Amino acid sequence: MSFLTIEHLEKSFGANRVVKDFNLGIEKGEFVSLLGPSGCGKTTVLRMVAGFETPSTGRIAIGGKDVVDLRPNQRNIGMVFQSYALFPNLTVADNIGFGLKVAGKPRAERTARVQEMLKLIGLSELGDRYPFQLSGGQQQRVALARALAPSPHVLLLDEPLSALDAKVRVSLRNEIRAIQKKLGITTIFVTHDQEEALSMSDRIVVMHGGIAEQVGTPFEVYNRPATKFVANFVGMLNTLSAEVIDAATGRVRIGGTEATLRRPLPEGKVMLAARPEMISLGLQPGRDTVLDGTITSVDFFGSVIRLRARVDGSDLAFDMFNTTEEPPPAPGTDVRLSLLASDLLLIGEN
Amino acid sequence: MSLWTRLTAWLALIFGLTYFLLPLIGMAEFSLKMRRGVYSLDAYAKVLGDPRFQETFTYSVVMALFTIAFGVLLVVPTAYWVRLKMPWARPYVEFVTLLPLVIPAIVIVFGYIRLYNTSSWLPLTGTAMGTNVLLMFGYATLALPYMYRAVDTGLRTIDVATLTEAAQSLGAGWITVLGRVILPNVLVAVLSGAFLTFAIVIGEFTMAALLNRPAFGPYLQVLGANRAYEPAALSVIAFAITWACMGLIQLATHLSKHTKAPR
Repeated sequence: MSFLTIEHLEKSFGANRVVKDFNLGIEKGEFVSLLGPSGCGKTTVLRMVAGFETPSTGRIAIGGKDVVDLRPNQRNIGMVFQSYALFPNLTVADNIGFGLKVAGKPRAERTARVQEMLKLIGLSELGDRYPFQLSGGQQQRVALARALAPSPHVLLLDEPLSALDAKVRVSLRNEIRAIQKKLGITTIFVTHDQEEALSMSDRIVVMHGGIAEQVGTPFEVYNRPATKFVANFVGMLNTLSAEVIDAATGRVRIGGTEATLRRPLPEGKVMLAARPEMISLGLQPGRDTVLDGTITSVDFFGSVIRLRARVDGSDLAFDMFNTTEEPPPAPGTDVRLSLLASDLLLIGEN
Repeated sequence: MSLWTRLTAWLALIFGLTYFLLPLIGMAEFSLKMRRGVYSLDAYAKVLGDPRFQETFTYSVVMALFTIAFGVLLVVPTAYWVRLKMPWARPYVEFVTLLPLVIPAIVIVFGYIRLYNTSSWLPLTGTAMGTNVLLMFGYATLALPYMYRAVDTGLRTIDVATLTEAAQSLGAGWITVLGRVILPNVLVAVLSGAFLTFAIVIGEFTMAALLNRPAFGPYLQVLGANRAYEPAALSVIAFAITWACMGLIQLATHLSKHTKAPR
């Protein structure tokens, strides 16, 4: 049995059902991300686990104990908010020690734990500062330490990196993951940023329209999306319209090219998809399908260059590494692209 | 800015200052003329040495402190709860808190006397303590528009909902949330409301006179009817108290800048 169990969870606001039959089991020490666009219900699920929203129906159990009827302050859950939510009138040390003080811990114990937490987040020297004297990244680290100080059963992170600039976001997400692994605390992380979810999580729950479309490891979600929505939402996707020639072997015609997916496909027209990294410029060994196209744009991202080519009326995006020996082709250049047909994803029938 | 605009602005300012300050200067000057031919503080010495001044002033100060305590206990949780859970009720609550500005104090106090007289179901006017309690409720009602607005403005400067949830997730109950998180963060606003309440209570006449309590306002009136220089000295003292309250509001606001996070 999972450490945190969510069964048949539903939430309606008036006639609007924002969470529909949501089920999830999280093991102790696992880091699970709820990933989805705005309004998909991910934050509502998190808030129901925290106790800030009451489920319309369903069950939430932590360590085998049903917590639905418990108030937020009785659930022993730590939460980090997008807006930091540090208490402006308290110093960093007092903020971190707040939960311990509420719990009635003796001063000596509190002081030792606060020091331990300050050391954990690397802000040992800043205990006497007020929140407004810290940067956004520092404030969020303090918020994390404050949530962790009372040793909660579960840590909830509600888009904690959204308010930070790109560089701080990357370093802080690594820091959060390292701290989570070190403490082995069960964590639910809400984000709409797929990169964050893919890089930090043990498992990802992709949510859409109040339901969990797919639950899986980052590798599974990215490489084997269960639905068209997941395929489109997680990562960049090129779509290719294809006609099935032989459904049993998965032989299809894409424009003027034939390819074999080596798996059964439905009859008729289908929609296939390829990630940019599945497509290579030029003929490559092991790639059995060749497409002819014309470069339409070149976007330079530093180590990676993203190119777009028009192939049979569709724009295909693909990536190449930036090397001084092989400059990218200029827009207007005719090119050959190759890919492995069995990598193609089936995302729908036409 | 043209010369004419600047000149008009200065003239308006001078007119305003003259309108407000001239009577005060005249009164202050008059209060110093008790001794014939020279300026002296005789009127102040006489007033401050009067046992009735000490008695009524102490009474009003104590009443003000109780009114502030009651006002804070009433207004802070109400404004907090309305902002947190019942935002739809804000216009209605604001309307109710504004009523004391349009309903004269004399109407309120006659209502009180009618409702709480010795033959009513709650005969508060039957004892001195009961009448004091009634007067305190009356003062709290008079100060409600100022106290509510001050606290509500303070609550607007913090993210009430998220701070509450953060405190709850750390194990805090409602009283802890209010006492340790919300109140300290709106303390400046509460102090502003408290000082305004203090100034209102110290100078209030109608309610105290009609409920026959030994407050500072009625004493001021009695003295004014019988003496020449002492009422002027008392008025200057009352103004000084009000200005001191306003100064304290400014001081509290200034000091709070060191602990408040920008939003």
